[in-house]
Amino acid sequence: MASTDQPVQIINFWATWCAPCVKELPLLEKLNRERNDVKVTLVSMDMDLDPNPEKVYKFISRKNIQSRVVILNERDPNSWISKIDTSWSGALPATLIINSITGKRRFWERELHEGDLERLMEEVK
Amino acid sequence: MVIGVIVALFFAGSPVKKGYDVGDSATDFKLKNVDGRIVSLANYKDAKGFIIVFDCNTCPYSRAYDERIVALSKKYAPQDFPLIAINANDPESSSGDSFDNMVKDARRKGYDFPYLVDETQGVAKAYGATNTPHVFVLIKNRSNLTVAYIGTIDDNARNPSDVKKKYVENAVDALLAGKPVTTTKTRAVGCGIKWKDA
Repeated sequence: MASTDQPVQIINFWATWCAPCVKELPLLEKLNRERNDVKVTLVSMDMDLDPNPEKVYKFISRKNIQSRVVILNERDPNSWISKIDTSWSGALPATLIINSITGKRRFWERELHEGDLERLMEEVK
Repeated sequence: MVIGVIVALFFAGSPVKKGYDVGDSATDFKLKNVDGRIVSLANYKDAKGFIIVFDCNTCPYSRAYDERIVALSKKYAPQDFPLIAINANDPESSSGDSFDNMVKDARRKGYDFPYLVDETQGVAKAYGATNTPHVFVLIKNRSNLTVAYIGTIDDNARNPSDVKKKYVENAVDALLAGKPVTTTKTRAVGCGIKWKDA
């Protein structure tokens, strides 16, 4: 996923039914739009509850989401949650920030507020 | 040469990740039930253990597990292993989780076990509950209550008939048989508990 022209990767775990997740999407979209050195990937957990990804497609289309969206389709969350981050309880929303140049990463298991992403990116410099 | 100084900032009131680990002693509580009465674990003199479920009205994960939670209670309460559900969500940020809605929900879902409100969120913090549903299985050890399992109910939220690992049932069955629990801790994707200071 990493590339030298987009050293900062922001991977956000969300779902269409998760109100705080949807609320913070504009902050992620804004960053994706304004920063060429940042790549935002929105990982939807919707298929964990609904085998039909239609709801996600409609959401992306309606909200005109520009960041890359990936829909996760893995069974038994317990088998892979700790691979994302050993501290992750599995609660949504959650955001992983990786700086592929410094190798530093930060995992934020809380709702994002204005300024959080910028501060987290500073921390992985 | 620049010397970097790392300053750890402690945000007041932010939920610190603590809570119980498997093997810890669990504290009792006094929480209000949807019928208005106060419930404590001490009320259950004959219980061999408890299935504590941190749950809520609003999370789709909780809703997917509603029937399975009722089934767990039906299966294990008669075996002296009662199930107790606790809602710790802040109703200010999640109006669907108000007490009145809890009363309605309990009735609609046919909850015939306590559905308690954790008004201060103190119990959820003490236990270390993070998302809903989040289960803590406790086993009575003389006068102590020891945490024997922490985690999710099974390995498939969306399809009960596709479940391969029934984590909670396996844990309780093992405890009732006096055997060790094989999987003592699991994690699950879900709605974070709505904390007051989020």
